[in-house]
Amino acid sequence: MYKCLLLFALFTLPVQAEQVLQTQQDFLIESFQGEVPKPKTLWLKKQQKAEIAKILQHNYARLRIRYWPKGSSSVWVLEEIGKESPITVGLHVEDKRLRKVKVLVYRESRGDEVKYPFFTDQFIDATLTEDNKLSKHIDGITGATLSVRALTKLSRMALWLDSQRQQ
Amino acid sequence: MKRTIIASTLFSLFMAHAAVANEQSVSEETAELRKIIKQQQETLKQLERRLDENEQRLEATADAIEVPASQGSGNILGGVTVGGYGELHYNNLTDNDNDTDKKEIDFHRWVLFFGKEFNSTTRFFSEFELEHSLSGEGKDGEVELEQAYIEHDVNDQFSFKAGVFLIPVGLINETHEPPTFHGVERNPVEKNIIPATWWEGGVAGNFEAAPGLSFDAAIHSGLDVSEKGSYKPRDGRQKVSEAAADDLAFTGRVKYTAIPGLELAASAQYQQDITQSDATTDEASATLLTAHAVYQYQNFTLKALYATWDIDGDEAEALGRDEQDGFYIEPSYQFTDEFAVFARYNEWDNNAGNSDDTEISQTTVGISYYLHEDVVFKADYEKQSDAKDIDGFNLGVGYQF
Repeated sequence: MYKCLLLFALFTLPVQAEQVLQTQQDFLIESFQGEVPKPKTLWLKKQQKAEIAKILQHNYARLRIRYWPKGSSSVWVLEEIGKESPITVGLHVEDKRLRKVKVLVYRESRGDEVKYPFFTDQFIDATLTEDNKLSKHIDGITGATLSVRALTKLSRMALWLDSQRQQ
Repeated sequence: MKRTIIASTLFSLFMAHAAVANEQSVSEETAELRKIIKQQQETLKQLERRLDENEQRLEATADAIEVPASQGSGNILGGVTVGGYGELHYNNLTDNDNDTDKKEIDFHRWVLFFGKEFNSTTRFFSEFELEHSLSGEGKDGEVELEQAYIEHDVNDQFSFKAGVFLIPVGLINETHEPPTFHGVERNPVEKNIIPATWWEGGVAGNFEAAPGLSFDAAIHSGLDVSEKGSYKPRDGRQKVSEAAADDLAFTGRVKYTAIPGLELAASAQYQQDITQSDATTDEASATLLTAHAVYQYQNFTLKALYATWDIDGDEAEALGRDEQDGFYIEPSYQFTDEFAVFARYNEWDNNAGNSDDTEISQTTVGISYYLHEDVVFKADYEKQSDAKDIDGFNLGVGYQF
């Protein structure tokens, strides 16, 4: 009887459209401690797109990127495909360091270990080196290589974009 | 005196008139200026409005032109995804026992993935493979459907799939795109013992009990060694082609990945009879146990795997194949994003149940050069010893997308 109930409960748990782990608005509120600044748009020049393509290892199709600036802080919500589907990630940069990296929406069918703090906490305090790499080594997850790679690239991209908006 | 008074009066009158005239002029000028300022303010407001409108139009145009990641590469038609991988190998090996050479170039695998996202919880995935470039009667290669399943997420923790899928055992069976492993050829332990690549038809579930701790369970078609009678697992793969299903197999796996850089996993499989109830042979129940560990520290990675079969029945015992096992250990070091070196020591025995010296060991050392993160050139030197005496080198190029 208990087994039947357990099985029934397992199959009737609410089905979520995607793994929405945190909304963009909640991430912004959390990052700016309630006072979310007005967003700005960074229109990408040809040279900037080329630099982003170097980081992502493929062409970047977007023309501009929206971000939320406040003093030496900025928040970016970026997307990158792991294997098949885009992973939406919120990235908070402060004083040119990653303060927080959070997977907001996970859509891949594998490799979802990257959504947990035990993985994303590795990015905290990472800065950008001269050759646009992270200053810290990020340990991977076997079987989630492509998702790990996607998050690492987005972290580099957010730090680089932050340097561009300050120019 | 009189004249002076008249002149002063006239001068005063003139000055008063001039002052009044000047005041009127200033007032008119101020009014004119105010009018101009008002007009300019209106113009500024209009310009601001137009700027806003233009900005909105620009954003709308950008929205229409831009390709979000969700519709980018790999997603060409409403949730249909295409991917693939491939590898070309050159082998130059000498069998010192038989004094023969193998000098061969082979497009070993050309694979396409097709998938379809029906909605956010239900999807289809398939892997279609051409091995050794040519297939057909008398040709070296095969066309294979290695994966074709429907997967459904019941909730964030539990998903299941039904169809043809890769068995959750070992390291390379489920993830074997060329840039994901070192060495031109896949390791011989998983190939000969597990046997990778191994796919079956059935149903499988995945349950994520806690962050980084997951369980897999599957009921699926099993091996059938009755036709070749070798009792080698690799010879028993039916490849889900009108496969005998008298005796199904059960596979379970537990995997721990909660510490970045570390993976620990163990699988077990049981099949009631790997001869599929063949009337001419003994019933041969079989159990496979595998365990592996991967540890990555900075740029150094260490992989280790162990696998063993225990097969019942007189025939298997007579061949010494009631026990078959193997292991490998592989340290590697990634010097840069482009360049890595590795060494692998493999030991396996498909006749471990007999008293003969049938164990084979193989040492491989080599390099991987990544032209792009998804394109790799490989070179390695291998030496097989103990029951075999083979040495030589391999070259390869592989890709994934």
